[in-house]
Amino acid sequence: MTAGQLPRWVDYGLIPLLNLAAAFLVSGLVVVLIGENPLDAVRLLVWGSLGYGEGIGFTLFYATNFIFTGLAVAVAFHAGLFNIGGEGQAYLGGLGVALACLALDRYVPWYVTLPFAILGSAAMGAAWAFIPAWLQATRGSHVVITTIMFNFIASSLMVYLLNNALKKPGSMQPETRTFEVGGRLPFLNDIFPAAGFGYAPVNLSLFIALAACFLVWLVIWRTRLGFEIRSFGANATAAIYAGISPVRTIVITMLMSGGLAGMMAINEIMGSQHRLLIDFVTGYGFVGIAVALMGRAHPVGIILASVLFGMLYQGGAELSFEMPNITRDMIIVIQGLVILFAGALEHMFRPAIIRLFTPSQRLTAREA
Amino acid sequence: MYEMYYTLILILDSTVRLSTPLLLACLAGLYSERAGVVDIGLEGKMLGAAFGAGAVGYLTADAWAGLLAGIAVSVGLGLIHGFASITNRGNQIVSGVAINFLAMGLTALLGQTWFRQGGKTPALPEGGRFRDITFPFAEELRDVPVIGPLYSELLSGHNILVYLAFLAVPLTWWVLFRTRFGLRLRAVGENPAAVDTAGISVTWLRYRAVIACGVLCGFAGSYLSIAQSSGFIKDMTAGKGFIALAALIFAKWKPANAMFACLLFGFLDAVAIRLQGQSIPGIGEIPVQFFQALPYILTVILLAGFIGRAIPPKAAGIPYLKERS
Repeated sequence: MTAGQLPRWVDYGLIPLLNLAAAFLVSGLVVVLIGENPLDAVRLLVWGSLGYGEGIGFTLFYATNFIFTGLAVAVAFHAGLFNIGGEGQAYLGGLGVALACLALDRYVPWYVTLPFAILGSAAMGAAWAFIPAWLQATRGSHVVITTIMFNFIASSLMVYLLNNALKKPGSMQPETRTFEVGGRLPFLNDIFPAAGFGYAPVNLSLFIALAACFLVWLVIWRTRLGFEIRSFGANATAAIYAGISPVRTIVITMLMSGGLAGMMAINEIMGSQHRLLIDFVTGYGFVGIAVALMGRAHPVGIILASVLFGMLYQGGAELSFEMPNITRDMIIVIQGLVILFAGALEHMFRPAIIRLFTPSQRLTAREA
Repeated sequence: MYEMYYTLILILDSTVRLSTPLLLACLAGLYSERAGVVDIGLEGKMLGAAFGAGAVGYLTADAWAGLLAGIAVSVGLGLIHGFASITNRGNQIVSGVAINFLAMGLTALLGQTWFRQGGKTPALPEGGRFRDITFPFAEELRDVPVIGPLYSELLSGHNILVYLAFLAVPLTWWVLFRTRFGLRLRAVGENPAAVDTAGISVTWLRYRAVIACGVLCGFAGSYLSIAQSSGFIKDMTAGKGFIALAALIFAKWKPANAMFACLLFGFLDAVAIRLQGQSIPGIGEIPVQFFQALPYILTVILLAGFIGRAIPPKAAGIPYLKERS
């Protein structure tokens, strides 16, 4: 039952759609269980996320976060690695962004700060992925477990730093001071007032995310390094036999992955919050797994999946406002179901579909 | 001197209380992972069980009914994990992540819908909570030097689940290393093809392991909501499932080691609570966050191979394919 037995449009189109449909069907059942009308819920969700300018703005803002964390997971997937430490890497990325902004925001305009913020976030995220990567490459300790551990270590470290080193003097809140104009990315609403994004925090990071998508595509499919990464992921033994260094491949892939996860903080910290605060990642790193799975680890798929999850976030918020019975926790349930059906149960419909497609293919073969 | 001894007893007493849920979840993971099914959904199963136990404990005012409900929820989530990772040969990590999300979302959502207290369950009525058991003569012996506090503070005065958790350690050892089922369960985690060749169903064995894991996670979650506290609170596991996972690796997948690892991690937690805001002579104030991160740091150091070597069951995480088609 390999992928080659099915036409590409089935493998990359029909099966993900079926999985998604199953996830939404079960979500609908949960809504029924709560005693609300699922069709009304869907209408509210779609309207809330796409029905008006500000809603679209919020959808795109959330999607930006998901593009970064989704790319992070996807890049690691290509080398056969499972980076579930996006949560911690993004958290540390926030530190990188904040340090750049706090140092520069009073002296230079935002476009001078931005390169340093990008560098800081990527470097911090990559650094946080480095130890798990190095341990996996040289000592064989499984990257899944070490990245989970590093999520928790990151959380403790950041709480400590925010409480003891970065806190605004005289404040009880564990957060840094608010950045001045030099540490804030312009909102898209200020650049394109015609789009009518209103108060939505969607900002320039959206374009940085899209650029990152293109760069990831370029590196993974059009460079020698990308070829090595994909070869290593497809068959590590063969890749090593062909002279590809496993240590180098694992470490570089994880550095890229961690860096991308860290860059999520540009959108959240420099683009929207304008200060570093506790727990700003709130699950974006984990949802990146779902995004990468849904998007089949391809940048285009990831953009589509990110917009879908962005819609869930924004539409879900709107939904909980209109139907108080459905709290924002519904979004977490839907995410869980999407991860379950699109990820863990991705092969559930495959045998049936193969049976559906095989006879017709045999017929065409005979006619030819 | 005696003051210090008494403080130590108090810290050890809270160590036991804090270790119990870790130990139950850790043993749960032991069954699953020894059979070759990696389970990072311990956290979610505990949370689901805590909610089930809290809700039913409140409605029936019966702690045992609550416990049963907790176990049922946890086993249900375990079966989803089994269906995804055993029957459909899906990725076990992804499935575990999904279980964690589902449990986190559903407990909060249903809690709010059913009880309308912001995701909490109402405080348990009398009888809905497991009470502390006082050993015979605990009160009379309290003032006896040395042995008194040891007996009446440390050994006596815990609820039944604490004692069951520590009894589960030798029981798990016996099941895994002295019964036919245990031998087969360990074999299926090392070399499922060999077990299959012997005419034993890999699928059914792994399902039984996942169910055993669910039952123990059910105990762990119920302990949180209807023994340690009086009702379910949103996200009340707060990473305990992951600490249990760390303890499992730290224990190198062995039952007795699991107990010591959980006691160590529980002890760190107890010390952190005790030392909060206090300054140690010569060292100064140690941040609480350091103690919170220590279990994870220790596990990473262990995984790196600097203190012994943690080698997982050979077939862990690999779905078993009976024959190539």
